[in-house]
Amino acid sequence: MTLVEFWFLLIAILWTVFFVLEGFDFGVGMVHGIVGADEAGRRAAINTIGPLWDGNEVWLVVAGAAMFAVFPGWYATMFSGFYLAIVLLLAALIGRGISFEYRGKRDAESWRRTWDGLLTGGSFLAPLLIGVALGDLLHGLPINARLQYTGTFWNLLQPYGIFTGITLVALCIVHGCTFIALKTTGDLRGRAARLAIRAAPVTAAVLLAFVIWTHAIAGKGLLPNPVEIAGVLSIMAAAWLIRDDREGWAFAATTIAMALTVLSIFSELYPNVMVSSTRRAYSLTIHNTASGAYSLRVMTVVIAISLPVVLAYTAWTYYVFRRRLSDKDFRAQPTAH
Amino acid sequence: MTLDLARWQFALTSINHFFFVPITIGLAFLTAMLQTAWYRNERPEYLRLTRFFGTLLVINVAVGVVTGLVQEFEFGMNWSGYSRMVGNVFGAPLAMEGLFAFFLESTFLGLWIFGWDKLSRRVHLLTIWLVALGSILSAAFILMANSWMQHPVGYQMVNGKPQLNDFLAVMTNPVFLWGFTHVVLDSLVTGAVVMLAVSAWQLRKGRSPDDFGYPLRLSLAVLVPFLLLDMFVGSELGVIEARYQPMKIAASEAQWTTCRPCSFSLFQIGGGNNDHTPTQIIEIPHLLSLLATNSWNGKVVGLSPLQHQYSARYGPGYYVPDVFIQYWSIRVMAYVAGLVLLLGLWGLWLMRRKQVAAAHRFLWCATWAAITPFLMNTAGWLLTESGRQPWVVQGILLTRRGVSPSVSFTDLVISMVAFGLVYTGIAVVDAVLMIRFSRRELPAVPAAQAGPEGQSGIPAVQY
Repeated sequence: MTLVEFWFLLIAILWTVFFVLEGFDFGVGMVHGIVGADEAGRRAAINTIGPLWDGNEVWLVVAGAAMFAVFPGWYATMFSGFYLAIVLLLAALIGRGISFEYRGKRDAESWRRTWDGLLTGGSFLAPLLIGVALGDLLHGLPINARLQYTGTFWNLLQPYGIFTGITLVALCIVHGCTFIALKTTGDLRGRAARLAIRAAPVTAAVLLAFVIWTHAIAGKGLLPNPVEIAGVLSIMAAAWLIRDDREGWAFAATTIAMALTVLSIFSELYPNVMVSSTRRAYSLTIHNTASGAYSLRVMTVVIAISLPVVLAYTAWTYYVFRRRLSDKDFRAQPTAH
Repeated sequence: MTLDLARWQFALTSINHFFFVPITIGLAFLTAMLQTAWYRNERPEYLRLTRFFGTLLVINVAVGVVTGLVQEFEFGMNWSGYSRMVGNVFGAPLAMEGLFAFFLESTFLGLWIFGWDKLSRRVHLLTIWLVALGSILSAAFILMANSWMQHPVGYQMVNGKPQLNDFLAVMTNPVFLWGFTHVVLDSLVTGAVVMLAVSAWQLRKGRSPDDFGYPLRLSLAVLVPFLLLDMFVGSELGVIEARYQPMKIAASEAQWTTCRPCSFSLFQIGGGNNDHTPTQIIEIPHLLSLLATNSWNGKVVGLSPLQHQYSARYGPGYYVPDVFIQYWSIRVMAYVAGLVLLLGLWGLWLMRRKQVAAAHRFLWCATWAAITPFLMNTAGWLLTESGRQPWVVQGILLTRRGVSPSVSFTDLVISMVAFGLVYTGIAVVDAVLMIRFSRRELPAVPAAQAGPEGQSGIPAVQY
């Protein structure tokens, strides 16, 4: 494997870890209003991801920055081409990010409602938009001989891209409900589990359709391969495991489903990074967008030093906050500041 | 038009971002100091102060983080020509910022906020120090990237593109070493001024000096020495920049002709890009020579001869930055810093006489000093970034060549309105919350005693 190929794999992994981690907190953001029967329930749901979401979001920053450093041509064309979609994505992430911090800072129903709305909307929009973008990379966009995007905002909204977005949103919902079921007790746990069980079959069907569609786009026949079938089956397995109160295993299953889905998008894409619908020859590839060999070596050293440390303290953080929360904890005390 | 709008957007979003960054860095350190004081002698008011200023910190971090996300993406969105050209040099420090700094800062902030009743006192103290370390590393990597735009090093040109060939040179760029030190000191000053202003307000409203006397004294003790050091470092940075970006320094004095020795004017009328003979009022002889070259009779090459040199070297074009912005931004920065220094010295003098907590005139000034760091920080960045124009990377790439060709005028208008609304909204909410929480009394916390299993027994701050 050359260094360029290694880095494509690494970027695929960074996006995958981002979706596995931030995916559940997107899901919690989307469903906290449904799963939490009252203010205490909603707060308990949000607090399951309280100490974690900010670190999870850094994976997005790092995935973007790594693309900038290693494949500047890809980063430049993608981020400028998806311009308005990214503006919307940033607005969603901003609204969602500050709603965590600010919703409890004033004890008024209307204040909390506003931030809850931003949290739900932002958590829904962010994976949808990123999904549309990832789908577009594979489906193809108008790109000219100078590797520049030549379309408009409307070219981004083609059916396959949108369906990729919907698939990721559905996965986030099941992943998030499973996480709440894993991290809470009592009423909240039951409500989250029921929602996960109800959402799982739909998500599995959506995922199956997505896999088949992806094959059609990539021109590899319609039959899903065993890895993709494993993804679909994991979602069903998750529902079954939750019913048995084995949320830890269920969460492992939704993690596998999410990881396989995101990885499969990148593996279908390879060795392209952005397909040109204008002419196949104009597609961006890992080779025509990559940085020089020296930069890749620097980045390899950097990631080899930093990633193990990051993974270690991230794992420790999840261990520190392993205890289940209960909505009762939040009923006793008024909104904390 | 597209170029101007893209520049305005980057300028406004980054200025807004940098309102929150130095408060975060500064308050992270000061909060860590307060918590260290509590760790050492367990006086309950130190714990209450830690929670009080920690809340202000957390309110700001949220905004700093989300506006930082915009900065990260804007390079690709609006400046794809730039990103394509320099990504293989500029991208590495940016990725390092994420890997070494953002993860550390975000993860340990989560642990700090939610870990009061889950971690031992010692480990919990460590988390706030790691947050402070993360915020400082973040400043280091982003300044490493920025300094490369001011003074590109460690590269060779291959097919018209700079290719990284010596990362050590990027890490030891003199503009970076001095610029980073300047920004860190400046952030400590910002945090200290904010803490000073909040404590002063509290004391004016008759809150107990037992509660807010300590942060008042702590902030003064941090403010004065660090501001003095900061002024020295800033002036050294000026000398370095005068060497690599002579236009920047000549423009900040509106010095159109070469001079030796060079005086510094306190105030002038005219002297902009179309007016080469400003009316200078109150000149201080030799001061510009000292500031720009560290020598009494140092020579400063004027803008007109520099323009001549640059045209010969880089082809026809206008290479003089906006003189008005340069001239006034350096003065706003320096004059406001001077006022803050006087305020700090006044405070120290009152402290020695043990009158500071009751000196109403001082406390009033100290409260209003809250706005000064933002003036200084913004002016400083205008000086640095506007002074680099018309280059986006000094001597390598012109700003107008860096803009995204695929982003239309309409796209930019839409994004400008969207960011405008979102940023105004969060700035207002942040300001309102900062003021509200600055005016609260110290939070009550149960007397600090070790809970079960050696934990602090203090309920975590929850969302």
